[in-house]
Amino acid sequence: MDAMKSKSPKPRTMYDKIWDDHLVVDDGAQAPLIYVDRHLIHEVTSPQAFEGLRMTGRQVRRKDLALATMDHNVPTHTRDMQAADSVARLQMETLVANCEEFGIRVFDLSDPQQGICHIIGPELGFTLPGAVIVCGDSHTSTHGAFGALAFGIGTSEVEHVLATQTLRQYKAGSMLVQVEGSLNKGVFPKDIILAVIGAIGTVGGQGFVIEYAGEAIRSLSMEGRMTVCNMSIEAGAKAGMVAPDEKTFEYLGGREYAPKGSMFEKAVVYWKTLGSDPGAEFDKRVELNAGDLLPQVTWGTNPGMVTDIEGSVPDPDVLESQTEREGVRRALAYMGLEPGTRITDIRVDKVFIGSCTNGRIEDLRAAADVVKGKKVHPSVRAMVVPGSEEVRRVAEEEGLGEVFREAGFDWRFAGCSMCLGMNEDILEPGERCASTSNRNFEGRQGKGGRTHLVSPAMAAAAALEGRFVDVRDCL
Amino acid sequence: MDPLRIHEGIVVPLDRSDVDTDQIIPKQFLKKITKTGFGIHLFHDWRYLDDEGKEENPEFSLNQARYKGASILLTRDNFGCGSSREHAPWALLDFGIRVVIAPSFADIFFNNCFKNGILPVILPQNEIDRLFAYVQGNEGTRLTADLDAQEVRARDGSVVSFSGVDPFRKECLMNGWDDIELSLHQEERIRAFEERHEAMHPFYFMGE
Repeated sequence: MDAMKSKSPKPRTMYDKIWDDHLVVDDGAQAPLIYVDRHLIHEVTSPQAFEGLRMTGRQVRRKDLALATMDHNVPTHTRDMQAADSVARLQMETLVANCEEFGIRVFDLSDPQQGICHIIGPELGFTLPGAVIVCGDSHTSTHGAFGALAFGIGTSEVEHVLATQTLRQYKAGSMLVQVEGSLNKGVFPKDIILAVIGAIGTVGGQGFVIEYAGEAIRSLSMEGRMTVCNMSIEAGAKAGMVAPDEKTFEYLGGREYAPKGSMFEKAVVYWKTLGSDPGAEFDKRVELNAGDLLPQVTWGTNPGMVTDIEGSVPDPDVLESQTEREGVRRALAYMGLEPGTRITDIRVDKVFIGSCTNGRIEDLRAAADVVKGKKVHPSVRAMVVPGSEEVRRVAEEEGLGEVFREAGFDWRFAGCSMCLGMNEDILEPGERCASTSNRNFEGRQGKGGRTHLVSPAMAAAAALEGRFVDVRDCL
Repeated sequence: MDPLRIHEGIVVPLDRSDVDTDQIIPKQFLKKITKTGFGIHLFHDWRYLDDEGKEENPEFSLNQARYKGASILLTRDNFGCGSSREHAPWALLDFGIRVVIAPSFADIFFNNCFKNGILPVILPQNEIDRLFAYVQGNEGTRLTADLDAQEVRARDGSVVSFSGVDPFRKECLMNGWDDIELSLHQEERIRAFEERHEAMHPFYFMGE
């Protein structure tokens, strides 16, 4: 069936190709069944899935295609699991017990390779181009940066994958986000994706798998591409992906789970066929010029509520639709902001640098470039939480840990930490945070906390000045 | 899961768009390792004035006497966006919600509903606006969501049909089927696919 399809003259998108190569059953009677190559597991969305297996006497079909890590509620000021609250600890202990029972490798807090699932998947070479990758976490779209079809699933689906190594899926539409031009100094991959969400809105990607293409995307590092794909879900998309190229192959070569030697070469031959064919049709297209972008800052309670550093908080009264007006009014009330306030006049209490969006080594380098030799503003509490222990190790080696500590940042161990505040790192009611994470939802970082999403360099600059500043002036 | 064929119940309006799963069930309640007991934490930060969840916010629709006992939630665009947490439908179900009506849903949440016996109904914007007016203007409004006929009926005789429910999902929900069991019946085809996939793309199978 695969061979017949590949001879078909109709040009296919990368999504079409990966879909076709993973279709197990599509007989029209039931929802299509697709094969899953890689399954990432973490402590929060897996316990009920393992319990389901136990209750029905089912086994894990391919334990060799799964990896588990603890990340969401781990303490990051210590590696001692005992420091977590008792309910969180039970969840972590349950993960370890489940993985032991079912024979799945788990990275616990004592493991030098522990980290956020979306950071360690690529680091370990577990993430591969052309693969179908799932995880009980919406930011699984991150792995699409390698030319994989990667998306988040619910716990029932986690159980389905564990039991069958397949998933029932309907094919989504395709959307091309073409980003031409090149980023100016002080403007980063995070700014691209925030600008995309600002342009198409939080529903703009609904029902689509996004492929990011164009000169600006090609010139991004793998890490930058991961940041962009990571927030596809915030645009409502099913997944985000970038065609694999030499950068992708170079990144993967030699990593623990990546194929080796002649097998790697064989893989590369296949991976090079994955990019969308010339003339492939997309259901929706969006174009953006990276050269036009300025550093972005969100002002509201969803990631589409964003402007740039030269902008101001909008006035709801000028909006056309009543639902929109009320949405903006409610957001401004929650955020404690007045219409017309300049972004550079907004003060911050806390700064969080980390998460699966911006917790990679390149992000820490960008932040350290801004911070080096300076001090955190006396009214600000700032922390850097590396996305993985490997990122932390490299950052220490490069002296970045020292740069942050010297400046007065808390320098932490790996975990999700204040991105979603499931550990002790939360905002107090009314506190305002410049955060490199992915969601500025009400209460996301703590009940009553106010989150502004920015790039790592912008977050670092805000930490030094105690308010948002244009990081282009700091470099 | 409990089957859902026809459901009749009181409608509670939640007049907001982009209601994310962090609102439906805040993260401090995700640490349980069971699927039950999430209902009291549903919409916690909006529903309660205190952290302990003892003092109800009288402004919040779910707390208002006229909507007591509601099992149908009427809301706006992009309901269930954000985190993939299935704790969101577990909380809705545990609270007693069996049907959610909105102009659009976030993808993962939409999927998760069908796995838990909740029917997400997509209606056009003008019908949603009309239903909000109808529910707010009539105390104790009840609606009937008929999955079999794919329509929503009101007591005033009005009927709106809905699409967007694929026949397979519909059948599973109407019968309360466990789709893992159905997939396990495909074991032979899964194995055949796997062998072919491994032969063509051996680099994905390095572990065993």
